[in-house]
Amino acid sequence: MGRRLRVVLACVVTLLLAGCGTTPSAGGSADKSLILATTTSTQDSGLLDELLPVFTRDSGWQVKTVAVGSGQAIEMGRRGEADVLLVHSPAAEEKFVAEGSAGPRRLVMHNDFVLLGPKADPAEIRGTGSTEAMKKIAAAEAVFVSRGDESGTHTKEQGLWSKAGATPGGSWYQSTGQGMGATLRVASEKAGYTLSDRATYLTQRDTLALEVLSEGDAGLLNVYHVIEITKKAGDRVRPDGGKAFADWVVAPPAQRLIGEFGRAKFGQPLFTPDAGADESKLGQ
Amino acid sequence: MDVLFDGLVDAIGLLLSGDRDTWSIIALTLRVSLTATAIAILIGLPLGALVALARFPGRRIVLAAANTGMGMPPVVVGLFVTVLLWRSGPLGGLGLLYTPTAMIIAQSAIATPVVVALVAAALQQVDPDFRVQMRALGATPVRAFAALLGEARLPLLAGAMAAFGAVVSEVGAAQMVGGNLAGQTRVLTTAAVLATSQGQFSLSIAFGLILLLIAFGVNLSLTLVQQRRTVPR
Repeated sequence: MGRRLRVVLACVVTLLLAGCGTTPSAGGSADKSLILATTTSTQDSGLLDELLPVFTRDSGWQVKTVAVGSGQAIEMGRRGEADVLLVHSPAAEEKFVAEGSAGPRRLVMHNDFVLLGPKADPAEIRGTGSTEAMKKIAAAEAVFVSRGDESGTHTKEQGLWSKAGATPGGSWYQSTGQGMGATLRVASEKAGYTLSDRATYLTQRDTLALEVLSEGDAGLLNVYHVIEITKKAGDRVRPDGGKAFADWVVAPPAQRLIGEFGRAKFGQPLFTPDAGADESKLGQ
Repeated sequence: MDVLFDGLVDAIGLLLSGDRDTWSIIALTLRVSLTATAIAILIGLPLGALVALARFPGRRIVLAAANTGMGMPPVVVGLFVTVLLWRSGPLGGLGLLYTPTAMIIAQSAIATPVVVALVAAALQQVDPDFRVQMRALGATPVRAFAALLGEARLPLLAGAMAAFGAVVSEVGAAQMVGGNLAGQTRVLTTAAVLATSQGQFSLSIAFGLILLLIAFGVNLSLTLVQQRRTVPR
């Protein structure tokens, strides 16, 4: 009996040593390691998988990506839990920058939002402008699936409702509280309408029973900025890391990668690189 | 239904082709979950034994707390550990958030109550006279305790399996404290969730099947140890 106990104990100790011995090598890059808080759309579309390995190779910085809604990403920046943000919620970003704990905020890229819905299109929004489309969906009380997570997409959707003078609510308005990929799936299964960034939609189009019904007007522009976080947000912020990433992502090599991303697979780029452009002229 | 079949094909393909990303995800899953289970046993075995065998005030409260802890949602544990490990939190200086170590901490916290509760139950169902007899036969307390563990080895190993099952399958805490970083903290459960939200269903099913296979392998080994001497000779 004692022998077996010893064997079990030996196993336990070996496992512990194995666990402890290898942990520092995987987590011990604290030297040059930064936290990037970004939106689910950059991760779900696969853009980050393309960009980050190149950034790490070029700069030596390890990136820890936290892909959440833009609202949560900005909150992480506010608390100093991230070093740099890549987000698409301009109104909330401007408010955050005005608070003073953020460093420079620079334009990175844009794509656009699209209003999606089932082929049958019960609210008859096909080909209408975004404001008109939202009015019709509300009037028809057709199923609309919302992110409901204070993300950039959710904020945009709320802006569209208020521009249309409609107050969504009731059983036809459904809130998932999840990322873009999951929300697209719910909308597809429920044959509902939803608002999505074009990149995430294109990468998942084959698995969805949703079509683009309204697109192309200026109200649907989706603009991404990179925001550096400073020590004012927290003592442990790494402004050098944040600056390294922000400088890299607006420089020509990264901008070229962004412009090429998706072209081979979808026949069109998913994002338009915009570094240094005049934001007020986007989409014209 | 095609997705399920494609998933099976993908799973076999990923395993046989020696896909490096997949194997590193598998290795990390095993490392984190087994280490967490081992830590839970190191803490939970003495604590469970104490609760089962000793008499002290508050003993039942500890036991009730452990029983409650068995059903504790991993997300809650994950949130708690995240707040502790935040840069602005009490342990922020360690820089552990989004590392495998953070995942091990969270999963140990999930597994420990399981071990405590099941160890206590396992030892309490051994006839109390057994210890008295061992002592009467001249066994030292340590020998008597070892014999007691041997006597209760079936439910004890069942407890270890339950603890491993709880951590290898959970996704909430692993996602929150690990961050699902590719090549660093991505385990099978978080990889499956990501693949789903990226619309890659067959890949997601493949990860799920690999997870099942691994859980089965670990439990098979433990079951073989557990059942070795139960067949009458």
